[in-house]
Amino acid sequence: MTSNFAETDVVIVGAGPCALFAVFELGLLDLKCHLIDILDRPGGQCAELYPEKPIYDIPGWPIISGQGLVDKLTEQIRPFGAEYHFGEMVTELERTDGGFRVRTDGNTTIACKVVVIAAGGGSFQPKRPPIPGIEAYEGKSVFYSVRRMEDFRGHDLLVVGGGDSALDWTLNLQPLARKLTLVHRRPDFRAAPDSVNKMYAMQEMRQLEFEVGQVTGLIGSDGMLQAALIKGPRGEVEVPCTRMLPFFGLTMKLGPVAHWGLNLHEELIAVDTERFETSEPGIYAIGDINRYPGKLKLILSGFHEAALMSQAAKRVVHPNQRIVFQYTTSSTSLQKKLGVA
Amino acid sequence: MAKITFIGADGTRYEVEAENGSTVMENAIRTGVPGIEAECGGACACATCHVYVGEEWRSAVGEPAPMEEDMLDFAYDVRPGSRLSCQIRVTDDLNGLTVTVPDRQA
Repeated sequence: MTSNFAETDVVIVGAGPCALFAVFELGLLDLKCHLIDILDRPGGQCAELYPEKPIYDIPGWPIISGQGLVDKLTEQIRPFGAEYHFGEMVTELERTDGGFRVRTDGNTTIACKVVVIAAGGGSFQPKRPPIPGIEAYEGKSVFYSVRRMEDFRGHDLLVVGGGDSALDWTLNLQPLARKLTLVHRRPDFRAAPDSVNKMYAMQEMRQLEFEVGQVTGLIGSDGMLQAALIKGPRGEVEVPCTRMLPFFGLTMKLGPVAHWGLNLHEELIAVDTERFETSEPGIYAIGDINRYPGKLKLILSGFHEAALMSQAAKRVVHPNQRIVFQYTTSSTSLQKKLGVA
Repeated sequence: MAKITFIGADGTRYEVEAENGSTVMENAIRTGVPGIEAECGGACACATCHVYVGEEWRSAVGEPAPMEEDMLDFAYDVRPGSRLSCQIRVTDDLNGLTVTVPDRQA
């Protein structure tokens, strides 16, 4: 794996709406940002949980979809040229002489002066299906994602689930697999109709098998899978397989943030309401992940928190600069930063 | 108004008075029933307010809509009677409803 090193003013953990707006507020104060998110695109819960669902409480937008808001925010922050690191989770946070060193599971290291945790409900991680003993197979013959398709070549593959991930990987891995079986609890899918049609066509041509049912047990030893028990309309059947890929969506877990020595309260990070600083100087927390008296988990609250946090972050990064409070409507210097003057 | 009973994974019973028009999930969150997470806040977008509706209540509660059925694909340990509690609206007809909370939501 290649390793990347970067240096910046601020590392933002997360790339949801509050993280994106923080880029704007920090950018107006000349602070450069890197954002790190475990998802493969910006937007956090808005993009992952409810891209098409309407939001009614964004000021100035009587109705806007989750994805619509994310699109608008990414457009709004474009002038500031933030760098994104997608598909990576921050695993380590270390204090250095002049600030922090942040490391990810993707081998990225970033030196920065300020850390902003805008991680919402935590990091999205794959859901583990309710199959007894599945833990013993994880990482050996049961995988929740496909990092390299070649790893599945020549295997008897069992793909489980009924969403786009399950269907896409069924179609992509079928040519490589020795045999592929798709298992889903019903014949209907929540996936692109085109993929579903292709899957059924391949089933027709006996290029893959589709079983209606649920995986109830695994057979194998030393973490290596030999077969799975599938309970469906025709009772319990044993399907030989050497690799299994369950796709049951994602759930949010606080993850490594819990081990950074911050004061936590019920999985939330305690902050003050002037700077939104955590119990560790130089580390801030905004959005759904923080906690203070009167906290409301609203996107608009996170926007406000981002603005106040940015003022505090500015004082940390440029302690000798005087902050002049300005409006984007009238300040030529802010308008230059936005590329409109 | 309807009285709704949640049976926790450990067998503990939680009885709540629910207003008509509210969702079963909202009543669980309001009264702190353990095991109902509702990560997405009731948008039918996360499958973490999953409950089991007993057979005797299934006709009164009704069948899941297609969108809910889709979301149930991502729920933990789906069984007959599985529902997302954010999609069950309380009416007088549901007075006495009992639902069971699964071991886990994810």
